[in-house]
Amino acid sequence: MERRTAFAPSDVAYFANLCHNCGECYYACPYTPPHEFAVNVPKLLAELRAQSYRECARPRWYGAGVALPALALCLVIFLAGTHENAPAAGQFYSVISHSTMVAIFGAATIFVAIALGASLMRFAKGPGASMDSKAFAQALRDAASLRYLSGGDSASSARRWFHHFTFYGFLLCFASTTSAAIDHYLLGLRAPYPFLSAPVLLGTLGGIGLLAGPAGLFFLKRHRDPLIVDSHQHRADAFFLAILFLTSLTGLLLLILRNWTAMNVLLRLHLAVVLALFLTMPYGKFVHGFYRFAALVRYAFEAASSAGRKAV
Amino acid sequence: MPEELPLFDVVVIGGGNAGMSAALTASEAGVRVLVLESAAPGMRGGNSRHTRNMRRISQAYPEAEYLADLLKVTGGKTDEQLARIAIRESFPAHAWMQAHGVRFQPALGGTLHLDRTNAFFLGGGKAVLNGYYAAAERRGIRILYNAEVTALNISRGVFESGTAIQNGEPLNFRAKALVAAAGGFEANLEWLEEAWGEAARNFLVRGTPHNQGKILKALLENGAESAGDPRQCHAIAIDARSPKFDGGIVTRLDSLPLGIVVNRNGQRFDDEGADLWPKRYAVWGRLIAMQPGQIAYSIFDSKVRGLFMPSVFPPVCANTIAELAAKLELPVEETECTVKRFNQAVIGGGFDHFRLDGCGTQSLDPPKSNWAQRIDAPPFFAYPLRPGITFTYLGVRVAESAAVRMRDGAASPNVFAAGEIMAGNILGEGYLAGIGMTIGAVFGRIAGREAARATQH
Ligand SMILES: Cc1cc2nc3c(=O)[nH]c(=O)nc-3n(C[C@H](O)[C@H](O)[C@H](O)COP(=O)(O)OP(=O)(O)OC[C@H]3O[C@@H](n4cnc5c(N)ncnc54)[C@H](O)[C@@H]3O)c2cc1C
Ligand code: HEM
Ligand code: SF4
Repeated sequence: MERRTAFAPSDVAYFANLCHNCGECYYACPYTPPHEFAVNVPKLLAELRAQSYRECARPRWYGAGVALPALALCLVIFLAGTHENAPAAGQFYSVISHSTMVAIFGAATIFVAIALGASLMRFAKGPGASMDSKAFAQALRDAASLRYLSGGDSASSARRWFHHFTFYGFLLCFASTTSAAIDHYLLGLRAPYPFLSAPVLLGTLGGIGLLAGPAGLFFLKRHRDPLIVDSHQHRADAFFLAILFLTSLTGLLLLILRNWTAMNVLLRLHLAVVLALFLTMPYGKFVHGFYRFAALVRYAFEAASSAGRKAV
Repeated sequence: MPEELPLFDVVVIGGGNAGMSAALTASEAGVRVLVLESAAPGMRGGNSRHTRNMRRISQAYPEAEYLADLLKVTGGKTDEQLARIAIRESFPAHAWMQAHGVRFQPALGGTLHLDRTNAFFLGGGKAVLNGYYAAAERRGIRILYNAEVTALNISRGVFESGTAIQNGEPLNFRAKALVAAAGGFEANLEWLEEAWGEAARNFLVRGTPHNQGKILKALLENGAESAGDPRQCHAIAIDARSPKFDGGIVTRLDSLPLGIVVNRNGQRFDDEGADLWPKRYAVWGRLIAMQPGQIAYSIFDSKVRGLFMPSVFPPVCANTIAELAAKLELPVEETECTVKRFNQAVIGGGFDHFRLDGCGTQSLDPPKSNWAQRIDAPPFFAYPLRPGITFTYLGVRVAESAAVRMRDGAASPNVFAAGEIMAGNILGEGYLAGIGMTIGAVFGRIAGREAARATQH
C-alpha cells in the first residue's frame, strides 16, 4: 500500500488478496477499537476478499445457489448404486465403469478449468495488471514458501505449516491422479495399483498431508482472535476444510480397505466427495489460491519496478 | 481502607516508550518492578503509540551533525551535557530496542524526508510497545492497567509511597525507587488554558487523553526544579474534523504550502511559502491558535491535489470559490476577493514543491514567498484546520543519572524521570523530528539502571 497515495477499485481487490490476515496491523494500529475511528483492516480486507470471490466468479450464474443442488445431486448419483452386489476385492471398475468415471470427471474438469480460468481473468483484469516472467517466478517462490503467511509469532508459523501440509498434500494428490492417468493410458496399467506404485505412494503421502493440514487449520481457526476475522465466512471456510479433509479421509480408507466387501460404498463416497470438491472449486474458497497467486505476481512486478526506479 | 500493594523495588509510572524502557532495564538488573499505567490495555503506551520513528546517530548521521541540528532548532536552549548523552546513547538504544522486540524498516516516502537521520519502526509505535509489553510479561514485570497515579509522597526529595486510582478504587503502593515516565500535560486543557487563555479550549490534542500532567505537577509541588518553557507547546495544523483526543498522525495536513490559508473572515494571515514545509509545519499550530475562533482553512485547486499525503477526511470540494466558501461557512465575497487578489499577485515561474522554487507574489500582504500558483483550476478544495497539540515543553530538571533535581540543587536519591516529562531539559524550544523517542529510550534506560542501583542502598 505504501506504493500508492490513491486507490482504484481494482487495487482494493488486489490488496485484499495480498492480505494474509495475520492481524499484525490490527494490533499495531493505534486506531483499532476502542479508539473512535474503530479501524479494523484485517476484517475489512477479509470482507473485501469474500466480495472479490463473489464478483469475479464465472460463469456469473454459477454460485452457491446452483452448486449446492449440483452437489446434492452428485451425492445421490453416487450413493444410488450402493445396493449392488459386493464387488470383487479391489475391483474399482466393477463398481463404476472406467468410462463412466472418465466421462463424469472429464466433463467436470473441463468445466472447472474454464470457469476458473474465466474467473481468474476477471480478477486479474484492470489497470496496473502487468507482469513479466521474473515477477512470475518470484511469486511462485513466495507462494511455494508462503513467505507472507508467517506473521512472526508462533501461532502464525503453525498456520503456515498446516497450510503447507494442505497445499502440498493437495498437489501430491493431484500428482497421484495424474500418474494414475499416465499408467492407465500410456503404460496400460490398470487399477488397483500396488502399494509401491507412483499413484499409491503419492496419494498416501498427499492424503496424510491433506488430513493433517485441514485438521490443524480448523483447530487454529478456533483459536484465532474473533476481532480480526470475518465471521460471515466461517461456513464457507469450514466447508472447504471439511471437503478437503473428507476427500483425503475417504481416499485413504479406500486404500486401506480396498479388499473389504463394502468397498463399493466407500468408492462411491470418495468419488462423490471429489466431485463435490471439483464442482465447488470455481466459486468456493478454493479460488483464493488463484487470486492470491495473481496478486503475488502483481506485487512482485510492482516491487521490482519500484526498486528499479529507486536505483536510477 | 485502600488496597495496599506489596513493597516493590522499583515502581514506574507510565507505560510508554520511556516507562517500558526503564521497567525492562530495571528488571534485567535483577529487581522487582511494578508498572502503573493509567490507560486500559488497548490504549496503553500514551503518545509513543502514535510515533513512527526515532532519530539516531549512524554512519550517515554523525554525532556532531545531530548536535548541530539540535542546537539550531532549540536556538541553543538545551542542557548540552544531557543532549550529548541523548545523542551518543541513541546508537546503543537503537540496538537495545531491537533486542527487546522492536523491529525497524527502511523509511517510506513521505513529506518530511527523514530516511537518513531517523530509523523507522516496523508497524509504528504501537508495535514497539507490543514488543516491550510482551518482553515485560516474559520477565514477570507486574503491570497494572487503568491505574492512574494521583498522589506521591515525597519527603525532602525521597520518594516513600503513592496512591493510584484503579477502576475507581484507591490503591496504595510503595517502592524503594520511583521512575516518573508519565509524559507531559498536553491533554490537560485547563492547564493549557493557563498559558493560552480561552483559545486553548479549541485546541485538539493529537495524542492520548491520559497525559494529564498529574505526576509532573506532583513532582513540582514536592520541590522538583522545572525545565523547559511552561508557556510553550508543540502544535501543528491538523484537520479540524479530527477527534478531540488521540487523532494521531493521520490528521496532519501538508496541503498548506501548496495553496493559501485563510481565517474565518476569509482573509490570509501568513506567508504559506516562507520555508520548506518540514521547517515550517510546526509554526502553523501557533498561527492558527492566534486566529479568531482558532480555525483556518487551507484552500487549493486541482493542480496540486495529488502532491501531498491527504488526511483521513476527504477535502471539501466545489466548482467555484464562492461555492466552496459557502460550504465552509466563510464570508463568500471576502473569500472570493482574497483568492482574486492572490491570483493577481502571483508572478509565476517553474513551480517545484521539492525546493524553494522562488515562485512568489508581488505587492501582496502577507506575501507568499514560494510555490505561489494561481488558484484557478476547478474543482477547488479545502480542509478546515485547527491547532493540534503534540506535546508540552515544561518538565522536571534531571541530572545525568536521570535523577530529578530538587530546587535546592541536590539530585533526589530515588526519584528518576524519563521521556517527555524531562524532555524540556534538552528541548528548551523547537523540535527535531524523532528526538522524542530517542530521549525516552535513552533516559528510560538510564533511569531504569539507576533506579535499580538506588534500591541497593
Ligand atoms: C501524533 C504524534 C506523533 C508523534 N510522532 C513521533 C515520532 O515519530 N517520533 C518521535 O520521536 N516522537 C514522536 N512524537 C512524540 C512522542 O510521542 C513522545 O516524545 C514520546 O512518546 C514520549 O514518550 P513517553 O514515554 O515519555 O510518554 P508517553 O508515550 O506519552 O507515555 C506516557 C504514559 O504515561 C501514562 N500516564 C500518564 N499519566 C499517568 C498517571 N498519572 N498515572 C499512570 N500513568 C500515567 C499514559 O497513559 C502513557 O501511557 C509524536 C507525538 C504525537 C502526539
Ligand atoms: C498460491 C497459492 C496459495 C496461497 C498464496 C495461499 C494462501 C493462503 C492464505 C494466506 C490463507 C489464510 C487466509 C485466508 O483464510 O484467506 C489460506 C488459507 C487456506 N488455504 Fe491457501 N493458499 C494457496 C493455495 C492453496 C491450495 C492449493 C489449497 C488446497 C487445496 C489451499 C488450502 C487452504 C486452506 C484449507 C486454507 C484455510 C482456510 C481457513 O482456515 O479458513 N491453499 N491460504
Ligand atoms: S497481511 Fe497482516 S498486516 Fe497485512 S493487512 Fe493483512 S492482517 Fe494486516
